[in-house]
Amino acid sequence: MKLLKLVPDNTNIGFVKLRHWCFAITLLLTALAVGTTAYKGLNLGVDFVGGLMIEARFEQPPHIDRVRSNIARLGVGESSLQQFGDPRTVQIRLPLPEQGGAGAANAVVERTRQSLGAEFPGVTFSRYDTVSGKVSGELIRDGILAVLLAMIGIAIFSWFRYEWQFGVSTFVAILHDVVMTVGFFAVTQLEFDLNIVAAVLTIVGYSINDKMVIDDRIRENMRKYRKMDMKALIDLSVNETLPRTIMTSVTMILALGALLLFGGHVLRGFAAAMLLGVFVGTYSSVYVSASLLVSLGLTPQAGERKERKSIAAQAERVGPRDDGARP
Amino acid sequence: MLNFSRSMVVAIILPLLIGILCAVPSFLPDTAVEKLPAFMQTRVNLGLDLSGGSHLLLEASTQDVAKQRLTNMEEQVRTELRRGDPRIAIGDISSRDGKLSFMVRDPAQVDAAVERIRPLTQGAGLTGQRDFNVEVVNSSTVVITPTSAGINNAVKSAMEVATEVIRKRIDEMGTREPTIQQQGDNRIVVQVPGLQNPKALKDLLGQTAKLEFKLVDVTADPAEVAQGRAPVGSEVLPYPDNPSRVPVIAVKRQVMVSGEDLTDATQGYDQNNQAIVNIRFNGSGGRKFGQVTSQNVNRPFAIILDGRVLSAPNINEPILGGSAQISGNFTVESANQLAIALRSGKLPVALTVVEERTVGPQLGADSIRAGLIASIIAVVAVAAFMFLSYGRFGIYANIAVAINVLVILGVMGILGATLTLPGIAGFVLTIGTAVDANVLIYERIREERRRGRGVVQAIEYGYKEASRTIFEANVTHAIAGGIMLVLGSGPIKGFAIVLLIGIATSVYTAVTFTRVLAAHWLRTQRPTEINI
Repeated sequence: MKLLKLVPDNTNIGFVKLRHWCFAITLLLTALAVGTTAYKGLNLGVDFVGGLMIEARFEQPPHIDRVRSNIARLGVGESSLQQFGDPRTVQIRLPLPEQGGAGAANAVVERTRQSLGAEFPGVTFSRYDTVSGKVSGELIRDGILAVLLAMIGIAIFSWFRYEWQFGVSTFVAILHDVVMTVGFFAVTQLEFDLNIVAAVLTIVGYSINDKMVIDDRIRENMRKYRKMDMKALIDLSVNETLPRTIMTSVTMILALGALLLFGGHVLRGFAAAMLLGVFVGTYSSVYVSASLLVSLGLTPQAGERKERKSIAAQAERVGPRDDGARP
Repeated sequence: MLNFSRSMVVAIILPLLIGILCAVPSFLPDTAVEKLPAFMQTRVNLGLDLSGGSHLLLEASTQDVAKQRLTNMEEQVRTELRRGDPRIAIGDISSRDGKLSFMVRDPAQVDAAVERIRPLTQGAGLTGQRDFNVEVVNSSTVVITPTSAGINNAVKSAMEVATEVIRKRIDEMGTREPTIQQQGDNRIVVQVPGLQNPKALKDLLGQTAKLEFKLVDVTADPAEVAQGRAPVGSEVLPYPDNPSRVPVIAVKRQVMVSGEDLTDATQGYDQNNQAIVNIRFNGSGGRKFGQVTSQNVNRPFAIILDGRVLSAPNINEPILGGSAQISGNFTVESANQLAIALRSGKLPVALTVVEERTVGPQLGADSIRAGLIASIIAVVAVAAFMFLSYGRFGIYANIAVAINVLVILGVMGILGATLTLPGIAGFVLTIGTAVDANVLIYERIREERRRGRGVVQAIEYGYKEASRTIFEANVTHAIAGGIMLVLGSGPIKGFAIVLLIGIATSVYTAVTFTRVLAAHWLRTQRPTEINI
């Protein structure tokens, strides 16, 4: 049987050579993402701004303006409506009543149910969320904290274990991934809720995974080829791991594509964010974190110094290590 | 490390078998699982987004607790000094800025007053502090300040009682497997799966259910009462269903009997077939009620719930049997709810819903189906791709992934973890990343072959070199997962649980387990060439 090989043997692409172009494009895209987020803002879900979200399912695809005017007649505040892929499902967002606490929100849901039910027989509410302003503030805080801590924790891990350049380049690359994902949500105005924070954290995790594999190969080659030029060494490492990078990206795309197409509308935003994250994360492994190592002045000798400091015996070895049981 | 002794193979495979076995109950119907012994009932719980149901986050107001304590203290001080013996005359009682202060009329008695009040304060938990500080200011004014330790202690015990009361109320509703947990200092999470309409639940949790019986002050001037002014010793309370169309009524401050003296409450009907609540007092409550009603025949008394008058019936004759009826403008449903609330006792503090998420059962079922379809398609697509790329070794990886999925379910069952919709996403993602470890190994084997190593050596090196990379990559991944678990709420947590379990099990199945398979193949077939 002839096996599938996505990357031919002995592929040698000069990634590092292109890095100045790529840095420029990366900076441009990052600036665009930040700018769009600042200018247009994110379409934050009720998780983060507080309020009432009702997902209504109609018997027949309703006329959205009629739904809007029906709710406007109730005088429960300004509604914002959105249709999902299924034209019978409408998401209704309302502000939370300012007074009256639990009972008041309840009353709004009940009044909306009755009013919509009278005009559109057979309408059901498949789910609804109410989040008070206080709780939504905490959710925002925890979400941002989680993403930041994950990034910092991982950067510290790779700094302590290896040279500082790895920590910095990884941190910058992940920051890039997060900014791009957030920018994607600002551009598309897809709803940004707690699920998306989970997606961002997963992108961070996946992207780290990808960078660790390449970084690990760079370190291995640094030990192997003491005299090699750093640019050539990084090109070699990236090319050597390229088959794996492509293979894993393809399996992820297959899995996430299935989730995007068949996973139902609740998970669609999540799958879209993750899918984007796979592309962004793979790109940043090569063009942000690996290429940045050159610009940060990492040399094969730097690895030697650290190695000698920690485990003197291992620094003497040249060639593939045979003690794979490193903890 | 390709030589595995028989006992080692057993040691590697045994945990996987246990994991798979623990996953089995999750696929069986309820009735079959109930017949299994307890240690085999390792089922994955479905989150509310999958089973449908309501999630409520209730918050108690700390200020409310503090205010109530101060009111109680004021009452105790009045009782102790004015009614105690010898009587100490006090005036200007006021509670402002969270402090209680009063003036002792005779400056010579200030010390005696303080002496009498001190025993009213108590130790605040194990902090060594009192719950109130008593000081004398300006030689005749006594100031009682609650300490923060005292307030914290009071909030803590109020929350414990509130959690218990909520549990009783929800149990009385007959709902299935509710989860009621205290969260943080002053919040309670209530999760009720399969609940269609949480309105009834929220109404039930929304009422404090503080029930009081007080005499109506018939001497009060109706015009004054309408203005909200009541004679000394009386107070004006809202009375929405007042037949006289004035929505207020004046009642005596003194409580005849309160809800604490109840032993039972049930919904019933009066002679006009109107829904009512029948209540039964305990011994002392029944005696008190009988005594007051005997002394006040032909006068009205007020039934007060949470500070609002429900009704003010006339006492036609002494009520001596220890039971009574609460009438009001009830429907059968609301009467039943009040009965439940009264049976479970009053909430020590009012709770408000700060977060609610309700998912209809239909959407939950749709989500499960969609998640299942997506998972199956993902597995098939990834498996086909792996087979096309790595042949025999692709099959090994696929077996590992299949086992991995079952083991994750098994571990979740053992831990009693909950599978949520983002958890399903975590599953699909785990399928994607689990093969990454195998991809790393196989690509390394390909590389080693290209460098001219023999079959056995290439496989050995492939596993060895890739293991290090896999370890590094998964540690960092686990850091991200751990942070999600600790800091994340709701969906993030559900996702992180699956992710973390998946990281642990996938390293085991993808590295250790496939190595056993590869070693077996090498030993039995002694291949001279590998197609990878």
